[in-house]
Amino acid sequence: MPQPGPPGQKTSLLVLEGMGFRVGQALGERLPREMLAFREELDVLKFLCKDLWGAVFQKQMDSLRTNHQGTYVLQDSSFPLLVRMGSGLQYLEEAPKFLAFTCGLLRGTLSTLGIKSLVTASVAALPACKFQVVIQRS
Amino acid sequence: MAVCVAVIAKENYPLYIRSVPTENELKFHYMVHTSLDVVDEKISAMGKALVDQRELYLGLLYPTEDYKKRYGYVTNSKVKFVMVVDSSNTALRDNEIRSMFRKLHNSYTDVMCNPFYNPGDRIQSSRAFDSMVTSMMIQVC
Repeated sequence: MPQPGPPGQKTSLLVLEGMGFRVGQALGERLPREMLAFREELDVLKFLCKDLWGAVFQKQMDSLRTNHQGTYVLQDSSFPLLVRMGSGLQYLEEAPKFLAFTCGLLRGTLSTLGIKSLVTASVAALPACKFQVVIQRS
Repeated sequence: MAVCVAVIAKENYPLYIRSVPTENELKFHYMVHTSLDVVDEKISAMGKALVDQRELYLGLLYPTEDYKKRYGYVTNSKVKFVMVVDSSNTALRDNEIRSMFRKLHNSYTDVMCNPFYNPGDRIQSSRAFDSMVTSMMIQVC
C-alpha cells in the first residue's frame, strides 16, 4: 500500500493515472463511430473535447487551443469532479488528486487512437481546470 | 461462412487467429500474412484521397483470386481484421460479410473493455469472443 505523506502520494497519483489510462484505452475503442473519421491530429483532439467529454461527463470541453506544434490546451470552466468541492481558491492543493484519473483517461484514449502523449492538469481556481496535452513525436 | 478469422494488432502481429482445423493451418496463416500488405496499401490510399467518409470495411483484398476470398476491415485504432472465406459453398453477399465484420468489431471492443485484458496481449481467455468466431466459421465434422 502506498505510504501516507509525499512519497506515498506520488505513487497513488501514478496508480490513479494508470487506471485512467486503461479506461481511456477501452473508451478509445468503443466511442469512435462507424467511420474512419480521424484524418489528422486536430480531429482526434476535437473528438476528445466533444465525444469523450460528452460520454464521460455529459458536457463538452469549453475550449481547445493549440500552438500547432504538438501542444494542446483543453479548458473546462466547470469541471464536474471539482464543481462539488467549492469555487474559488479553497482546496486548490487537493484539486490535482482529483484530476490524475482524468489525465490518464485522455492519455489512454489518445494512445488507442495512435497518438503518444503526455497529459498534465492544472487548476487556477475551482472549478475551472486546464489539461495540457503534449504530443510525443519520436 | 469463414474458414479463417484473424485479428491483427496495429503493429502487425496477430492477436487472434483461428482457422478450420481440417486443412493445413500454416497455409491460412500465410494467406493472412500476405493480405496485410494489401490492407496497408488500402489504408494509405484512403489517407491520401480527399474523401469525406472513409469506411472501416475494406472489401475484397485480392480481386483475382476466386477460390478462397479474403476480406479486410480496419478499426479506428488501426487494428485489422482479415477473414478468409470459402466461396465454393455459397456466394456470400457483401452485406453478410459486413455484418460478420461488425460482429467481430463489437466482440473485439468488448474484449478491450475487459479490465483483465491487457491491450496488446493475445486474445486467448475470452469465451465470448471464441464462441462468436465459432458461430462464423464453417461447421466441419
